[in-house]
Amino acid sequence: VLLRVIYSPPQNYPLYIRSIPTENELKFHYTVHTSLDVVDEKISAMGKALVDQRELYLGLLYPTEDYKVYGYVTNSKVKFVMVVDSSNTALRDNEIRSMFRKLHNSYTDIMCNPFYNPGDRIHSRAFDNMVNSMMMQVC
Amino acid sequence: MEQGPAGGLAAGAAAAAPAAGTGGLLLPLSESEQQRYSELFSRCCPPPEAAAGGSSVGELFRASQLPPDTLHQITEVCGAKRVGYFGPAQFYIALKLIAAAQSGFPVRIESIKNELPLPRFMALKNDSEVRYGTPAELHGVKFQVPHATLEKNSYKRTDEGDKQEPKSPPMSPICSPPASPSTYQRIPLSYGYGKSRSGLEQQHAAPYEVRHSTHQQDGPSSGNYGAKPALASSTLNRSLSAEREQPESSAHYSDDPWRITEEQRDYYVNQFRSLQPDLNSFVSGSVAKNFFTKSKLPIPELSHIWELSDVDCDGALTLPEFCAAFHLVVARKNGYQLPETLPETLQPEYLQAGNNVPAAGRVPVAISETQRVGKMGFKASAEEVPDNSALLQDAKKEDKQALKVGTPLKTIPKEFQHLTVKTAAQESNALRARPRSRSYSSTSIEDAMKKGEEPPTPPPRPQKSHSRASSLDLNKIFQQNTQAVRSGWLPPPPPALPPRPSVSQTEQVSEVELHPQMNRPPSQAEENSSAKKEVVLTQPPSKPTRRKLRTETQGLETPELSPTINVTSSLPAVKPHLPVQKPSSKQKRAIQTAIRKNKEANAVLARLNSELQQQLKEVHKERIALETQLEQLRPVTVL
Repeated sequence: VLLRVIYSPPQNYPLYIRSIPTENELKFHYTVHTSLDVVDEKISAMGKALVDQRELYLGLLYPTEDYKVYGYVTNSKVKFVMVVDSSNTALRDNEIRSMFRKLHNSYTDIMCNPFYNPGDRIHSRAFDNMVNSMMMQVC
Repeated sequence: MEQGPAGGLAAGAAAAAPAAGTGGLLLPLSESEQQRYSELFSRCCPPPEAAAGGSSVGELFRASQLPPDTLHQITEVCGAKRVGYFGPAQFYIALKLIAAAQSGFPVRIESIKNELPLPRFMALKNDSEVRYGTPAELHGVKFQVPHATLEKNSYKRTDEGDKQEPKSPPMSPICSPPASPSTYQRIPLSYGYGKSRSGLEQQHAAPYEVRHSTHQQDGPSSGNYGAKPALASSTLNRSLSAEREQPESSAHYSDDPWRITEEQRDYYVNQFRSLQPDLNSFVSGSVAKNFFTKSKLPIPELSHIWELSDVDCDGALTLPEFCAAFHLVVARKNGYQLPETLPETLQPEYLQAGNNVPAAGRVPVAISETQRVGKMGFKASAEEVPDNSALLQDAKKEDKQALKVGTPLKTIPKEFQHLTVKTAAQESNALRARPRSRSYSSTSIEDAMKKGEEPPTPPPRPQKSHSRASSLDLNKIFQQNTQAVRSGWLPPPPPALPPRPSVSQTEQVSEVELHPQMNRPPSQAEENSSAKKEVVLTQPPSKPTRRKLRTETQGLETPELSPTINVTSSLPAVKPHLPVQKPSSKQKRAIQTAIRKNKEANAVLARLNSELQQQLKEVHKERIALETQLEQLRPVTVL
């Protein structure tokens, strides 16, 4: 169970959403959206350390839903949010970090494309492939 | 007046549906003529429109290699000038007139009544009759080429062996001035004609191709994709036709639409040069974007093409990347679906090798990020991505600007030459590998930096706590037992020694039970005999300070001293009695050593004590702070 969303600043509208089990998407969307508040809070909290390469937080651990939400913020305030099923205990912090790093790399590659306007939804096939492979890896 | 009948014809033709071909046209058109004309017309003007674009028509006319005066005359005669546009009728009349003019007939409306060969238009690939050495820019011609090639395919089949109209290369001059769309349309026409010309082309196959390529090269700097697609498709057509004696290089084409021919390559190189004079440098993203946008492909497709071709994802195109992108655009224009991954023949190393020999295939690396990660010896694309990412991370930017920062770095390793041998390509790959290693190292450096940030934090911790489970217990015990153990603020001692906890524990125990029991020789003996820690732990603090000291000293010493303890067990056993009773020399020595040890233990414990008291202070501060906060909040809640 994995869902990842990329939000863009500053209005925080999603640029890219991908989830493995396609059901319960609305629930995931809701979760991710609420997690944005926590992310923003964290961003404002660490004032000087603006560039925290990796921001990991297990803030939203719903006892019933039993999944964790991880967040990651880039230098340009693009937020990556990942929802992982807690039953997937094999996922360690390092793995989450590496996944975020890969996501970040892919995102920068998309940015390289002059035909991509920042703020557009991401339709890159290469990006999709990467995300899919990552999610397959986890699940 | 010539224009009269032409006007009448035009009117008649205009009345008819444009797509109806000859509908209403009084011109006698043969079957082939009809087909050709309708094809040309459809090329000149997209179906939804009713009239051909003036510029595209003009280009086509110019492709016919007729002098401009003749063309003007033709335009007048066919009535386009009068009606102001090139409707189907005018167009057909014009074509007829062109044919007439090319056959040497005067440009008159009566000429078209004759049976004429099909008008001949110069195609890029066509005859070398009119060799235009002038590298005219084929603006948009290339775009049209793909269409042309597609149409040519069908066209060729229908018209094969039909007319061999030598198409002179003047397509290039035609293409140069007009806007891209029009020129685009031109090329298809020329190509179509070229295709139909089997015999002539066979003769001039080689030079045609060369011509073609030159023309393609001449093609417009910005936005000319046509040549490439035309070449590709034309080569395909050739392979299909099997009539043409293609140069050997074209033999490859039958296999692979993604292979770039020499002419195509030259054309691309010229295009690149027009965008960026230095062949070894990059075409920036924005420039390339403008260029490729002229191809009128939808933006998502262009985006995908960029993804495929920009293997190193640096936001700029090197020459091979540019060629690959151009080729992809051309192919797309020709109707080929874009591949998911970059074909082997379009990859930079391959292209860099000069397309001479089919490179021993490098495994086509998908531009996927996953492959990029951790594949050093792989394609440059894969390798350079982490470089970019690392550079970007270093620059802390996500936009292209950061990439531009990275690109200068990459220009250094990317000093490859066009058409270099594969070894050179490998070298460049190796060079690129270095940035990759740099990128990896940079990432590792970043990681190291991050990790470096962490280590500094731990050191303060020991000062706060002893980082030992036992120390926690110690704290609890401390607080429980001795509330005000604030004796002597010694400087914070270094991290506690291993025996400390046990010592502290024993100290605790001993302190607690200091008072009771003075003599316990047997217990002490037991303590001495057993391991120090065990001794310490198990020892009931029977004796006063001395015992405590002794146990502390014993605790301080390593547990392996138990044998020594055993050795000295006799002495300690005697000790308790000795200090109280008559100290013999041996006993004195023993006592002194014990005293020393106890002092050491004392010092250690004192340090520990000070540490703990510091912690206590801090905790008290926190408590005070919280209490003040609470008080501040209270009035609010009360109200």
